[in-house]
Amino acid sequence: MSKGILYDATLCIDCKQCERACAERNGLPYSEAIAAEQKQSAHKLTVVLENGDKYMRRLCMNCQDPTCASVCPVGAFRKTAEGPVTYDASRCIGCRYCMLACPFSVPKYEWEKALPLVRKCDMCADRLAKGQPTACAEACPTGATKFGDREALIAEAQERIAKNPDQYVQHIYGLEEVGGTSVLLLSSVPFEQFGYKASVGTQALPALTYRVLSELPQVVTFGAALLGGIWWITSRRTAVAAAEAKSGD
Amino acid sequence: MRNFRLTFWKAVLGLVLIAGAAATVLRFVEGLGASTHLSDSFPWGLWIGFDVMCGVMLAAGGFTLTATVYIFNLESFRPIVRPTVLTAFLGYVLVVVALLFDLGRGYRIWHPLVMWNPRSVMFEVAWCVTLYTTVLSLEFAPIIFERLRLEKLIRIQHAIVIPLVIAGVMLSTLHQSSLGSLYLIVPEKLHPFWYTPLLPLLFFSSAICVGLAMTIFESSMSARHFGKHLEMSLLRKLGRALLVGLIVYSVLRIQDLFDRGALRLLAHGGYETGLFLLEITIGLALPIVLLLIPRVRESSGGLYLASVLVVLGFVTNRMNVAITGMEASTGVHYFPKWTEWAVTASIIGAGFAIFALAVKYLPIFASQSDHSAAVEVPAEEVLELTHAGS
Repeated sequence: MSKGILYDATLCIDCKQCERACAERNGLPYSEAIAAEQKQSAHKLTVVLENGDKYMRRLCMNCQDPTCASVCPVGAFRKTAEGPVTYDASRCIGCRYCMLACPFSVPKYEWEKALPLVRKCDMCADRLAKGQPTACAEACPTGATKFGDREALIAEAQERIAKNPDQYVQHIYGLEEVGGTSVLLLSSVPFEQFGYKASVGTQALPALTYRVLSELPQVVTFGAALLGGIWWITSRRTAVAAAEAKSGD
Repeated sequence: MRNFRLTFWKAVLGLVLIAGAAATVLRFVEGLGASTHLSDSFPWGLWIGFDVMCGVMLAAGGFTLTATVYIFNLESFRPIVRPTVLTAFLGYVLVVVALLFDLGRGYRIWHPLVMWNPRSVMFEVAWCVTLYTTVLSLEFAPIIFERLRLEKLIRIQHAIVIPLVIAGVMLSTLHQSSLGSLYLIVPEKLHPFWYTPLLPLLFFSSAICVGLAMTIFESSMSARHFGKHLEMSLLRKLGRALLVGLIVYSVLRIQDLFDRGALRLLAHGGYETGLFLLEITIGLALPIVLLLIPRVRESSGGLYLASVLVVLGFVTNRMNVAITGMEASTGVHYFPKWTEWAVTASIIGAGFAIFALAVKYLPIFASQSDHSAAVEVPAEEVLELTHAGS
């Protein structure tokens, strides 16, 4: 059963315990200065954004059909059966195509290091493997970040919207975006206010490039046969012309 | 070094290489953050946009011309195969050098060869560029063999040249188009002037145009600076082929822009519109008009001008895809740091310098040695081989 995270912004009190727990689990520093930073970075894999008295978390959405896993030339990213999209640092060559391609611009880079790596939330894949919830969900005092089976979380999110329709935007962000994501979001204000674009669409992006890539074997076989044929005809013609010229002497 | 003379261009090259060396130190000691204006919002800059995307495009003459001579047997073009293959080979080597600067961990550049992800366009590009650079080195090898008088190796190379050329053309078709496919994955990030499902086709067809233009350009340059004989009849033919290529590309491009309704965005004006119009004007409109005028098309100066415009126009196109078109969605304005310019300029400078050295010391141009006799098999032998095969 695939796991997921349900973040309900209406329950969030901006205590940033999720940020702290995330930093701890990933071996990253955490301080007041870092807590004040309002953007994701290589040292801040999740952030609670503030907009007046409204809050919204940003973290890796851990897509069902992840773009990063599709574009990575060395297969460093993998979608696991439990839900997390993991990153194998030992493979990474640092081309940063994942950063360019991610529809949520989640992967971040260690720009200041001489030998940098990509950093992103991996939904605590190691903890999940041990049957534990993600560090952020465990640390959350209000239940704004909830960990569970994705299907069950979807049902719960639908129920919450149905019970309090005026309290929520009528949309579960991540249910269908780019083919669905393991992280699901609920909000009382439009998601766009926090940079979650509606324009990402519901189609999983990897199909856009795979459609072309899957044609290539045909292109190669047909193209090589065609070129070989043209060569055969043209060189034969040259050879015959040369022989005729010679016999004509 | 007895005959060394410091000319203006040598002085410029020297200064560029000094700046490049300083930038190289900064890049590898302090990392990408200190040596570039790249950021989490803008992860690909000048080194990918110009050095890789344009570098590969500018080297496209290699596959275009080898196909013309070896596959289509248009023998008259043979005298310019060598300089073109040399340019292509140099181009790809320099692209790899640029990648070593841009990759966060360049020492792992070989990883895609053993850690596969066939769903990735980048994986496919990595394989094609590796294989094609190998093919180019083998296409280039006879020039070295001749210099060293290795007759046997020349004959072996000659025996495999046709499969080699076919492999080179197919590999080029794949990765020239795939550089466009890289951007198919960012429909929401790339500006509609440049995002289209036709990206792979447009990149491929423009690579052919640029390949032709570069061949004209470097033949003209070689004539001016190395005193090589200019094969005007060939350049005229290339000029006509370039004209046809540009018209085909324009039809594809304009029709696609029209179908997607992107031309309406011209009314909005602004930064993207300006650079889009620049690209269309210098890369398509001006050279097409120039080449349509017979007097221009037949003159060496006119062909030179048209080819330079095409090269600059499509360099602008690649930069627009990689940089201009990505800025609005990322919300940042990217302008390369001095270090990025210095590395790029050094790579270009090194390219020119190595080309000049190669022309000086290797039998690149026909006038230097009777190279065609050395590798060409007499016609009757070919006929016999063909008979034996049938």
